Amino acid sequence: MGKQTIIPFGPQHPVLPEPIHLDLVCEDEKVVDVIPKIGFIHRGLEKLIEKKEFTDFVHIADRVCGICSFIHGMTYCMAIEGVMNIEVPPRAQYLRVIWSEFSRIHSHLLWLGLTADAFGFENLFMATWRIREHILDIIEETTGGRVIFGASKIGGTRRDISNDKLKDILKELEGIEAQIRECSEVFLKDSSVKSRLVGVGVLTKEDAYKLGAVGPMLRASGHDYDVRMSPYAAYQELDFVPVVENSCDSYGRCVVRIKELYQSCRLIEKAVAKIPEGAIETKIVGFPKGEYFARSEQPRGEVVYYVKGDGTKMLKRFRVRTPTFANLPPLLKVLTGCQLADVPILVLTIDPCISCTER
Amino acid sequence: MPIAKMTSSVLKILGKKPSTRAYPFYKRPAFKDARGKIVIDIPLCIYCGICMRRCPANAIFTNIKEKVWTIDHFRCVNCKLCVDVCPKKCLSMESDQALPSTTRLGPEPSLKK
Ligand code: SF4
Ligand code: SF4
Repeated sequence: MGKQTIIPFGPQHPVLPEPIHLDLVCEDEKVVDVIPKIGFIHRGLEKLIEKKEFTDFVHIADRVCGICSFIHGMTYCMAIEGVMNIEVPPRAQYLRVIWSEFSRIHSHLLWLGLTADAFGFENLFMATWRIREHILDIIEETTGGRVIFGASKIGGTRRDISNDKLKDILKELEGIEAQIRECSEVFLKDSSVKSRLVGVGVLTKEDAYKLGAVGPMLRASGHDYDVRMSPYAAYQELDFVPVVENSCDSYGRCVVRIKELYQSCRLIEKAVAKIPEGAIETKIVGFPKGEYFARSEQPRGEVVYYVKGDGTKMLKRFRVRTPTFANLPPLLKVLTGCQLADVPILVLTIDPCISCTER
Repeated sequence: MPIAKMTSSVLKILGKKPSTRAYPFYKRPAFKDARGKIVIDIPLCIYCGICMRRCPANAIFTNIKEKVWTIDHFRCVNCKLCVDVCPKKCLSMESDQALPSTTRLGPEPSLKK
């Protein structure tokens, strides 16, 4: 046994913009133990529920995360709709699917870019983010915000997309998909990329299940679990089948995310083809009384929202379980025994979003 | 052949325009209905303070006695809630973003009476 050294990693680190701190116990170049620490950017958003009306809190829920903002806002709305038994009009359900999938595409492209950056492939990083910019333009045009959509509303959506615009979006999406295809070739086939990903950070099928991994991390370890399989928004009408990989390593997680990009494009196409006419919101009357859990699938995995109301306009309690939080135990598992140089890429493969984990 | 493929990509890119815009010489026009900056039509405002109470970022300050309505654009998170809740419909949202500033202005001073 060699001498053990503790190397601090984060919360400020050149390759990882996320404020997580890890104490890496190393023997030479090998990481033998990891002690994580989070809590650097706690903002107290959950407490704020006692100060802001439940209808206005949608805007705060939207800002829990800077990347999957729409899905956060939407899941909060779903939770309140659950408490109050509100029926959301079908058109709004489809709009929610369309926007959710756009946020998935932009989040996965962001991840691909960051990963390319982490293994030192600057060009690829810029190429993926260039594609992402087209997606952000579509989002800004349809919702009014680039990453914070602000399009969710309890009982429906805040904005509608006209049918002509939906057709234009499909046309644009075709071009974007061709660009994604070009980029993903590099991720999937390039030998230098593969040498950083294949066989690195193996999380076995049993471990993934036992440690409660979610999202692409779980699906890359051979489990076909995706919250979009359960009925929420309009997913039940779109023949959703989750993307599953069996390689259990970082490469597998990359493959899952790339395949999900195409899958999201297909889902948007199907949703646009099926979207019904009609109202986009139901008026809400009264105040929430009771409690409810709502779940949805974010780009990073399953998010759980809990709300509890007592019949007044302020909620009593509000709680979020974010996907990154669920993915931390699996992360520690894959970090133990890895090479020091692989740490940034392994932390990235869970697609960490510490800001929403700490709220 | 990877080299041949790379050379062809390089040549293709050399003939192309840059992918980025020459900001600040060229600014992309804002999208219609993008959420940019809150503006107020002050004569219509009755200083009721609803916008102040509902604003999630506490960016607005109103005072009915002294007839004051101010906004701190650096606090505002562009959610457009105040526009939705104003009873007199005197608030609106421009699609251009608030301009950057070298100082932290705080509330917009021009609107203090
Ligand atoms: S809600 Fe409208 S009328 Fe009332 S203070 Fe605000 S801007 Fe003025
Ligand atoms: S847009 Fe939102 S954050 Fe900005 S002043 Fe209005 S309510 Fe406040």
